[in-house]
Amino acid sequence: MLRFAFKRLVSLGLSLVVASVVIFLFVEVVPGDPAAYMLGLNATEETLAALREQLGLSGTLAERYLSWVGGMLRGDFGTSYTYRTPVSEMIADRMWISLPLAIYALTLSTLIAFPAGIWAASKRGSAADVSVMGLTQLGVAIPNFWFAMLMVLVFAINLRWFSAGGFAGWEAGVYPAMKSLTLPAIALALPQASILARVMRSSLLDTLSEDFIRTARAKGLTKRQALWRHALRNALIPVLTIIGLQFSFLLAGAIIIENVFFLPGLGRLVFQAISARDLIVVESVVMLLVFAVIVVNFAVDIAYAAVDPRLRVRG
Amino acid sequence: MSLLEIEGLDLDIHGEAILKGVSLAVQPGQIVGVIGESGSGKSMTAFSVMQLLPDGAMCRGRVTLGGHEMLSLPEPSLCRLRGNEVGMVFQEPMTALNPIQTIGAQVAETILIHEDVSRAEAMARAREALERCELPEAKFPLSRYPHELSGGQRQRVVIAMAIALRPKLLIADEPTTALDVTTQAQILRLLRRLVDEDGMGLMLITHDLAVVADMAHEIVIMRHGEVVEAGPTGRVFDEMRHPYTRALFEASGHQPEREESPRDVPLLQVRDVVRDYALPRTRLFAPQEHFRAVNGVSFEIAKGESLGLVGESGCGKSTLTRAILGLEEVQAGEILLDGEPVFTGHRPNRDVRRRMQVVFQDPFGSFNPRWKVGPLVAEPFHLLRDPPTGAARDAAIAEALESVGLAAEDRHKYIHEFSGGQRQRIAIARALIIKPELIILDEAVSALDVSIRAQILDLLADLSARFGLTYLFISHDLSVVRTITDRVMVMQAGEIVEEGPTALVFDAPQHDYTKTLIAAAPVLPERGAA
Repeated sequence: MLRFAFKRLVSLGLSLVVASVVIFLFVEVVPGDPAAYMLGLNATEETLAALREQLGLSGTLAERYLSWVGGMLRGDFGTSYTYRTPVSEMIADRMWISLPLAIYALTLSTLIAFPAGIWAASKRGSAADVSVMGLTQLGVAIPNFWFAMLMVLVFAINLRWFSAGGFAGWEAGVYPAMKSLTLPAIALALPQASILARVMRSSLLDTLSEDFIRTARAKGLTKRQALWRHALRNALIPVLTIIGLQFSFLLAGAIIIENVFFLPGLGRLVFQAISARDLIVVESVVMLLVFAVIVVNFAVDIAYAAVDPRLRVRG
Repeated sequence: MSLLEIEGLDLDIHGEAILKGVSLAVQPGQIVGVIGESGSGKSMTAFSVMQLLPDGAMCRGRVTLGGHEMLSLPEPSLCRLRGNEVGMVFQEPMTALNPIQTIGAQVAETILIHEDVSRAEAMARAREALERCELPEAKFPLSRYPHELSGGQRQRVVIAMAIALRPKLLIADEPTTALDVTTQAQILRLLRRLVDEDGMGLMLITHDLAVVADMAHEIVIMRHGEVVEAGPTGRVFDEMRHPYTRALFEASGHQPEREESPRDVPLLQVRDVVRDYALPRTRLFAPQEHFRAVNGVSFEIAKGESLGLVGESGCGKSTLTRAILGLEEVQAGEILLDGEPVFTGHRPNRDVRRRMQVVFQDPFGSFNPRWKVGPLVAEPFHLLRDPPTGAARDAAIAEALESVGLAAEDRHKYIHEFSGGQRQRIAIARALIIKPELIILDEAVSALDVSIRAQILDLLADLSARFGLTYLFISHDLSVVRTITDRVMVMQAGEIVEEGPTALVFDAPQHDYTKTLIAAAPVLPERGAA
């Protein structure tokens, strides 16, 4: 198991190196000179060169790559072209919203999906199964921003249980902060929960038709015992895969929901940075997201191995 | 009173009659062999006893197990009986165990479900059950996972689970069908020993008459959901009152009529072939280790000859087949078909490839279910430089289908519309369509019922005579190889250990391994001599 984790860790490091090179090169080839963009059309060649020097845009490709990576390793992501503040601070601010929001939404999604999927699978073909399938079908089909607006209408404007948007800030305490993240988290979680519940159900149904379930029943286990003791853990592998993908998506893909609720999260930051051609911010946030995705995949791989002993021997 | 009594059992599944008035009984300490071909209802009889039937099943009649009326018991009482009074062993040991639980936990579960004991005590008794099934602690600790065991060892774990509470009745549904002959012999010996030790009743379900011939006290023969003949084993073999019993018996030892043909020109030459596989590295920078699957194998097949290759799973016979077919490159030696190498450089030689075809064991898994039979049969045409098109192609498909006893019109159907035997005919038609010289039959009849098997063997003999085909017949089933081959080779651990004319090798085996194989193979009693 330790050896397996070590091998995964090595491949994690390699993926990060490859990803950083690709991101760096991609940003390099994007047309448009940030210095020219910032100084406008009338800037002289000398001022442009001075600004490029200041922004770390001069030097050879390799030098710039190494100084970028070196900076990141020291926690220095450079300075934003447009805001003139350190990128690391900007990201840290946004991270305190996006990360809790993603975890909150994923927790909700899992809490809804597991019972719903298990319930539907254990009562296959019954009214319970049909209604879970119907509701999840709706959940997948309805766009989450529409659902978000509906919730704002009902819970913020009519019932006044929640505020319609904005973030209270962690300084105000955990409860107000969590409260302002609740509607966005629900809006994000519902489509994810619908997908996850359907995956859980079909994976569980596949597992329930396996030979070893029949063996378990022949031992004297009830249907319920066979499901909980033998089917569930075996059915988890595809479910874990989806959870991993969903977490990566929730971290950065929440941009529309962030806009609906006026949350200054990572998604909005990337969007603004791209519009303003603030390449250093784009580069850093994308690298950070890639890092998050790779780390989540690593965690999912470790979880696979924890669930299935057959995977521990392979590397 | 009998331990198990089934009286007039009818079973309908979604309105379709599966069992019709089945009656049989098992006494304590008695082995009852239930024999039938696929679809005869023998497994469903077992599941009726367990009351583990699929949805939509309706039972009528009486099933009494140790005084319990199984058909009227509520589910919680049935759960208390399953695993406790009656245990069950299944056909497919590879998938019968939960892959992510240790064998210890799975055997102990039988005990924990039924008795109020501590986990430690359950584990100790699981150890004891595994010991009884000849899985000693030193090699098979409780912490082993199923994927670390072979098929035969897994079947022992399943048996240990079934007998952990010393049930009064054990139902074994084709327990050895998926296993090699020597493993089969060991598992059967184990079952017999457990019956003797515990005085347990054993209902042994199989399609193979020979498996039960020297083991069962009573035999029940089933067909189309009905019992056609039943009685003490000796008497059933002696009298064979029902024509179906006789047909089964004859099909089991069926000898297709084959003509001798002159064989002096070699068609396939295999010389000193070595095939290595890279093993996973044990440490990150450990030197690459290899597993030698085929070790210096040499042989020849003459034109028109039928050569058998016999060995157990893992002996390298499938690897050798892939090498002959040019699917994998060999590390040393050469393979020539009519003097032409199978591999030229690092690429398979297409000119050679189109002169040989292969028929695999699983007639369903080797067809694309979404294609119609016509295109399936015509698939090997892609090996030809200018394949026939239009009417010529249709004529070729029709000819291939007709030569295996199917109708030309069958080409418009899908593969799921055919039975197992018909599918294997289609597989043979597919192999024949480009008029190959060599056909490799890789366990081609192993999954078939005896009567179907007999028909396919006849077909193969007939085709060989008509088209001058050469066969390489690969099987773990000695009785089949014996009936259809001129010469036989025995393979063990990547090497050919014995080779010679089939009759000679079977009658006077020289190598110890060959002797073991032949001794392990179950045989039918001589007609009337039992």
